Amino acid sequence: MLSLIYLIGSVTFIVGLKMLSNPATARKGNAIAAGGMALAILGTIFLYRHNGQGLHNYGWIITGLAVGGVIGLVSARRVKMTAMPEMVSLFNGMGGACAALISIVEFEHMAGTLADIPDVRGQLGIIFSGMIIGAVSFAGSVIAWGKLNGRIRDISFQGQHILNLSVLAVIVLLTIFVAVTLPSATVVLFAAVLVLSLIYGVFFVLPIGGADMPVVISLLNSFTGVAAACGGFLYNNPVMLTGGILVGSAGTILTILMCKAMNRSLKNVLIGAFGGTKAGSITREQGAYKEIGLSDTAVVMAYAHKVMIVPGYGLAVAQAQHACHELETLLEARGVEVRYAIHPVAGRMPGHMNVLLAEADVSYDKLLEMEQANGQFNTTDVVLILGANDVVNPAAKSDPSSPIYGMPILEVENARSVIVNKRSMKPGYAGIENDLFFQPKTSMLFGDAKQVLQQLVAEIVNSL
Amino acid sequence: MEAVFSFLEQHLELTYIVILSIFLGVEVISRVPSVLHTPLMSGANAIHGVVIIGAIIVMGQASDENYLALILGFLAVILGTINVVGGFVVTDRMLEMFKSKKTK
Repeated sequence: MLSLIYLIGSVTFIVGLKMLSNPATARKGNAIAAGGMALAILGTIFLYRHNGQGLHNYGWIITGLAVGGVIGLVSARRVKMTAMPEMVSLFNGMGGACAALISIVEFEHMAGTLADIPDVRGQLGIIFSGMIIGAVSFAGSVIAWGKLNGRIRDISFQGQHILNLSVLAVIVLLTIFVAVTLPSATVVLFAAVLVLSLIYGVFFVLPIGGADMPVVISLLNSFTGVAAACGGFLYNNPVMLTGGILVGSAGTILTILMCKAMNRSLKNVLIGAFGGTKAGSITREQGAYKEIGLSDTAVVMAYAHKVMIVPGYGLAVAQAQHACHELETLLEARGVEVRYAIHPVAGRMPGHMNVLLAEADVSYDKLLEMEQANGQFNTTDVVLILGANDVVNPAAKSDPSSPIYGMPILEVENARSVIVNKRSMKPGYAGIENDLFFQPKTSMLFGDAKQVLQQLVAEIVNSL
Repeated sequence: MEAVFSFLEQHLELTYIVILSIFLGVEVISRVPSVLHTPLMSGANAIHGVVIIGAIIVMGQASDENYLALILGFLAVILGTINVVGGFVVTDRMLEMFKSKKTK
């Protein structure tokens, strides 16, 4: 009976994941996977038998489920849409910690009687793997969460990668040593590996730049999947195994897809080839740029036929999506055609911008994908760029020496005029100058995206 | 090395599942529109919450005097549940927004 339930659970995960990858069925897919999960959990609670014995401690189990359920539900319901990436990271960390804790308890069970257990080496290997991967995922996710909400800065120092690799090597060697020799000091070594794994998780994520966090979270996500699968081996549990491995492999592919959308290799992200540390190496002589004031911007936009808004990371950080929608309705009321040009990797995560704008009630058909938008720039009067940089950098097309060469971009320079809202002239996260800012048709409008948009709205309402 | 072989032999079925699941995961995910990357990641995040099953088993097998196992197991159940419930709810919230705008 229970194996049947587990089979159903595994199938719902596969079907759910498949449906999640299509916009029309995504929501249903999520619900199906959730249903399968509920079934598997209930089945385990009531039907699980080990050597003919059922589970006990029901009070603890139910209380734990209730507490966790309430915390999960409330935090997931309350979180702001802009803060969602760090929320996902935190949930992922919880899963990793859960896997690590399971390994710790199981280790404690067998620690005293190592010599008497058949297949002890395999068991130990699985327990160690689950604990290491879970702990790395937990520590890394917490750091990623802190970075995304600005609590933790990028910290990198010389030789960090070598240090990281040595820590990893020590972890692996210690594990092999324990599994092969079964030393009497296993408990101490287990604790040492646990601590090292936590340290590795922290060091692994610390040097990676904030804009690369989505990739890291996706990678840690697949780590946790593998950690869950280790539990599947431990308990001979097929649903943990399929669920975990499925997420592990799907997560890895997703990570690679995300990297591709940003035209970066995974290696680049992890080693941070231009994630901030080397930003200074690509300096070029800055040309002259032209500034534009708020009232001029308001006039230009209000009397245009067609305005294209290019939202970017800056808009997400400033949480300016509502102000942006306000400006859009105001302009539309004056007969200006307003569209949004969405680059595939705009925002804090791929697809994040669509979610943010949808939250602010921007109509779905106003959001243009990159190809559509590029076909419309030559009929556009004004392009308003809100905190986007690399995705509109013409160097990606024209300069083979540029690190972002080859990345598809929004060809905003085809429009009649371009207004760029940025906080300062600092280069974007790739650390490269953007020639667009120095072109004659471009004007710069400095300031925080949200404030600027609100002031623009006020300007149009009051003076025009 | 011998230990590895004997382990694989004992868990032959599970090993098959692992290998097939790897290919399945790759197959299912390739060709996703980039708009869906974030919800998909979040959904996958909820699915690996199956570790909760392991936590329940650990909890349910802990003996009454073993406080370490009881406390850690309890913690594991809570954390795992947060992962599952939070993950699915957040994913649903994201997807809800896509949907309502489309039908308009």
